[in-house]
Amino acid sequence: MNEAERFPDKDHDQNKHDQHERDQHEHDRPKHAQDKEKNGSGETRGADGMSSGNGDDQHPTPEPSPDQPPRIPLPRASVEDTGRPLPALEDLGDLAPRPAPLVLEHRVLKSLLGAWALAACAPEETAAVEEHLGDCGSCADEARRLREAVGLLHPAETLDLDPALRARVLEGCLERRPPRIPVPEWATPYDAEAARLDALLQDFGDAEWHAPVRLRWFRGDEPTSRRTTVAGVIAHLLTVDGLVAIALGLEDPMGEVAADRPTPSARTEAYWRASHFPPTRAVRAPWREQTHDLVRTVSFTGGGTGELSVPYGDFELPLRDAMLDRAFECWVHAEDIAEAVDYPYEAPSGRDLHHMVDLAARMLPTVLAARRRAGLAAAPPPGPHRRLVPAGAPGRSLRLEIEGSGGGEWLIPLDSPAAVGSAEHEVAHVALDGAEFCRLAAGHVSPAEAAAGQVGDREAIRDVLFAAASLSRM
Amino acid sequence: MAKKDAPPRWDRKMQQRLARGEAAALGELYDRFASLVHGLAHTVLGDERAADRITRDVFAHVWEHPDTYDPRQGPLRSWVATLTHRLAVQRLRDTETAALVRAGQGSTEELERKVRHASVAARADYIVQSMPVPLRAALELAYFQRRDYRQTATDLGVTEDEARRRLRLGLQLLSTAHDAGAAPGAPPGYGGAV
Repeated sequence: MNEAERFPDKDHDQNKHDQHERDQHEHDRPKHAQDKEKNGSGETRGADGMSSGNGDDQHPTPEPSPDQPPRIPLPRASVEDTGRPLPALEDLGDLAPRPAPLVLEHRVLKSLLGAWALAACAPEETAAVEEHLGDCGSCADEARRLREAVGLLHPAETLDLDPALRARVLEGCLERRPPRIPVPEWATPYDAEAARLDALLQDFGDAEWHAPVRLRWFRGDEPTSRRTTVAGVIAHLLTVDGLVAIALGLEDPMGEVAADRPTPSARTEAYWRASHFPPTRAVRAPWREQTHDLVRTVSFTGGGTGELSVPYGDFELPLRDAMLDRAFECWVHAEDIAEAVDYPYEAPSGRDLHHMVDLAARMLPTVLAARRRAGLAAAPPPGPHRRLVPAGAPGRSLRLEIEGSGGGEWLIPLDSPAAVGSAEHEVAHVALDGAEFCRLAAGHVSPAEAAAGQVGDREAIRDVLFAAASLSRM
Repeated sequence: MAKKDAPPRWDRKMQQRLARGEAAALGELYDRFASLVHGLAHTVLGDERAADRITRDVFAHVWEHPDTYDPRQGPLRSWVATLTHRLAVQRLRDTETAALVRAGQGSTEELERKVRHASVAARADYIVQSMPVPLRAALELAYFQRRDYRQTATDLGVTEDEARRRLRLGLQLLSTAHDAGAAPGAPPGYGGAV
């Protein structure tokens, strides 16, 4: 048996299987193509993007056209589908003229094999190729190979990786071979949050990248907001993470763009203004690269005493706290994005969340003092505690109880950042869920609306809740 | 997301960083290859949990033995894919053999056919993901969007000759998924050519 004979046999055998459907498509194709031209649309396919195989029954019948022969199956189609002999040419008369036999060079026919295997040729070309396959063993061989390859194509399954798998896999690895250069514990929340956000961005199309997002925070105890897009949010993260990059001696992602002030919001606004077009998905790569660079660099330089401090314009944070702050912002804005495109997004792992809550709790006394100076928080009550507490001494405290995974208890000294939280001097007790506390600190829920269990000094509670909200910024 | 700017330099540096014991490098390695590894393992094994386990094993192997990768032999990506393939097929063979023994039904021929089928499917997926974007885009249009090659040419802004060439070349690459190697430990299809 020569190659040319083997090919059609093989093809025929496979008709029982999925190859059958492909063949059907191919023979229907000319009719589809005609329908499509007349309807002026490509809507001849099923929801799965594939034609149904007998499309003429389902699609709108085109207007009969005088110069079109009645619909008679193309000769090749009828022969292969029914196995009956080719009707004599006289029987067909003028009704069904075969496509004008194309005379194509071997080179051209060979070049058509891929398109043929995919049923993506014109009918005349399909006929010419198939005629050629009867004569040319090498083309028949390749044709069969390519047809089989078509069977390997299938719609890509977009399986979302479980974000928690990353931590499990990495931990497993590091147990088996302890790292010589570990990622500092205070940098792992940032590493994890950046990876989670990047995974969220993975399958975004243009519509998602340009979806509107409203950034919300508290300014002067009033909720405020700023409109941008998903890409704009990533640009925001890029420019503010850049403050840490600069402190570490890495390149400023702002490049030539100059901001009036080195604050997170001024940098962001300057970056947004400087781009001629709204930010696009192109910001993803530099943002992601910078996150990796930061984690890598702090692994080398940050392991020591954490002397390095990161200027934010109006204030400074020790490097380790800045990295927790950036982890927190990354999560908060990932939630903004997820909400804008209507995707689900989980809270950080309990361990990472605990680090973030701890940072906020540690910042509260300083914020309270600043607010007191600005007349936004109450002065210490008269009485034995009237004086500011000496540094290191126990002072009036609020017990902040964070529930849920990552939770814990913090005693917040109320009257001086230098005082030590003290259970004996506890004047109030607030209990919140961890995620709710973070939403409060992110400015996404107002102090009045935060679902918090409260016992004790109401003024102290109010001050602490407002102080938490004032931690938020763009 | 395959980054085009990277290959040999990134691979070499990554290997050095892993060898040095830099945990941050392991995270970057995961971020670049986890979906590839998990996807291939899932194609072979058809099970989420099993794919998770293979993912863990693959990264543990690279982390513990970074020196077994030789950058001169080809891209890190191919090497990771080959390793994944080997571990996943091994796992499939083990679980299927155990099932065969337990149930006392079926035959080793069936088992081999199943393994071969899973193996080809995984290679095909890898080839499609790794082929040059222009070829993949052409196949995407002709196969999934049911465009003929002339429409494909228009959509891609190339000549009809070029569209035909891309479709044929794309399928030729894909067809190498069937070329099972003689040595079971070294499946082809993950070479640097793709």
